[in-house]
Amino acid sequence: MKIYVPLDSAAKALGADEVADAIATEAARRGMDVEIIRNGTRGMIWLEPLVEVETPQGRVGYGPVEADDVPLLLDGKLASLGLVEQLDWMKGQTRLTFQRCGVIDPLSLQDYEAHGGLVGLRRAIGMPAADIVEEVTTSGLRGRGGAGFPTGIKWNTVLGADGPQKYIVCNADEGDSGTFADRMIMEGDPFTLIEGMVIAGLAVEATKGYVYLRSEYPDAIEIMEKAVVLARAAGVLGPDVLGCGRAFDMEIRVGAGAYVCGEETSLLNSLEGKRGVVRAKPPLPALEGFLGRPTVVNNVISLATVPVILEKGAQHYADFGLGRSKGTIPIQIAGNVRHGGLYETAFGMPLGVLVDIVAGGTLSGRPVKAVQVGGPLGAYMPREKFDTPFGYEEFDGQGGLIGHAGLVVFDDTADMRDMARFAMEFCAVESCGKCTPCRIGAVRGVETIDRIGQGDTDAIALLEDLCETMKDGSLCALGGFTPYPVLSALHGFPHDFDVKTEAAE
Amino acid sequence: MPCAQTQQTMDDILARHRTLEGPLLPILHSVQAEFGFIPEDVVQIIADALNITRAEVHGVITFYHDFRSAPAGRHVVKICRAEACQAVGGTAISERAFEKLGIGWHGTTANGAVTLEPVYCLGLCACGPAAMVDGKVVGRVDATKLDKLLAVVQTGAGA
Repeated sequence: MKIYVPLDSAAKALGADEVADAIATEAARRGMDVEIIRNGTRGMIWLEPLVEVETPQGRVGYGPVEADDVPLLLDGKLASLGLVEQLDWMKGQTRLTFQRCGVIDPLSLQDYEAHGGLVGLRRAIGMPAADIVEEVTTSGLRGRGGAGFPTGIKWNTVLGADGPQKYIVCNADEGDSGTFADRMIMEGDPFTLIEGMVIAGLAVEATKGYVYLRSEYPDAIEIMEKAVVLARAAGVLGPDVLGCGRAFDMEIRVGAGAYVCGEETSLLNSLEGKRGVVRAKPPLPALEGFLGRPTVVNNVISLATVPVILEKGAQHYADFGLGRSKGTIPIQIAGNVRHGGLYETAFGMPLGVLVDIVAGGTLSGRPVKAVQVGGPLGAYMPREKFDTPFGYEEFDGQGGLIGHAGLVVFDDTADMRDMARFAMEFCAVESCGKCTPCRIGAVRGVETIDRIGQGDTDAIALLEDLCETMKDGSLCALGGFTPYPVLSALHGFPHDFDVKTEAAE
Repeated sequence: MPCAQTQQTMDDILARHRTLEGPLLPILHSVQAEFGFIPEDVVQIIADALNITRAEVHGVITFYHDFRSAPAGRHVVKICRAEACQAVGGTAISERAFEKLGIGWHGTTANGAVTLEPVYCLGLCACGPAAMVDGKVVGRVDATKLDKLLAVVQTGAGA
């Protein structure tokens, strides 16, 4: 009997380890032959720990399971959710990047290959470097970290650059609240990321890669480190990748709790062992990146999507999506929602469908007040903007951004002035200090919002002006985008900025 | 002058990282794993080994939230302050922790049992409020769960 219990951090945070232990103990007591496989998560976090039992019809799900439920589970008497693949949440998705996440044992290369792994890499090995780049360009893949820059064009710059050594750097410093896709794929299907990095290496003629992984993700660090060792032992990494005669190897590097290091130039400084201070661009990292050498810096999801593009072909990927937002996007639904988790779908689904139907509204049952899309630097979208289709240009046109595709839902108890103040406070804590609009502006921003709260209506114009300066004058997105949550809160919910009246009235 | 024991530990750590490109962060993580914080007297040793100034090493240590200049309490409790956790009552959980422990952010209880730190996102945004106790993740923290967690760490019974 095969039983799957996720090892994903979110499942563990809800008791998956205790459930796995209880299954092992109870099975041993009964003398049952049970094989427990620790898989990644399917992304249905409200059902975690989601235990799956293999049957001739497919994998049957149970959840959320508690350790006390285990005897009933093994008796076959626990109420089931039915076949996991047939649940609405799973059927509604187009899983390309996350096709194996939650399905396989993350640390079994054999399992990985049995589910389509390494097909993309084998195809890339037979192609000239420029053709691999062309394939990625044709797919329309854009940077999934938030900036949305076309991945193929970035690769082409690095391919054309000269240097004694080129690098592939994976940005796994996923610091945006409401996002966890990077963590989920690294914990649930780490070889996908490794394969994507090797393909990137072959495409731009880089032989060394680094994953800069945030220290807040100890479980992802452990799994990625193990996966690198296994990939090296199997010849996927090393001096002779799958016997093709070309080299690629990589290391996992751990961050140290600085949000700004998710910005690519700051990340490169940190990787070099310096303060994570932002660099002015140009020079582009593609030409002068890690140690001043040509470097591809891509987000985890961008790199983890490369294998499926090579496996199924660029056109297959490009056929999904909307306008210039091609392919699929793993949307992370979080905050005050009934059904939170990861939902991979083609670009174009309206925000309101995601919030009201896919997520099922709020967990509290109260009306949705606002949705922050794209992390702490993303705009608060009011209900009036819920018909905005999920796409880079579409959100930009509404004064927002999709960022790393996280949605944080708030109910009507949220105070938008508090949220605006928090955005400024966060910017002040995390500012690297290099440019004045961010370093000083964020501190003045907190003070100005406090003045508004004390009834100083003149301070509203001041806040608008300050935000304009931060937007236009900051070196990177931290100072430059903090005005998004602040101004969207101010413009979308102006009454929250009125002086608070006593609740007694 | 660092004692012989510190010098020996540092020699081992530096030897392990000699071949890395950009070795300073991995070295500092190892130092903290070994000593529990970054002792003042290792700064010069690291600077000498990497041929950079003491000021540069100091600058790096103080830039990052993770590196401590003094030992933490026996247990470290981190509570997420980010938006997704706020949307499900995270702020009330932090405030309850302040009250129960009698300390604020970055504080350590008088008996040295618990250090409380803010964290901006553990990637548990669909099951918040989230916390981490000695490296172990906890989701959907409510008042009851928090009280239980704090009772365990405060009595020093081990996590």
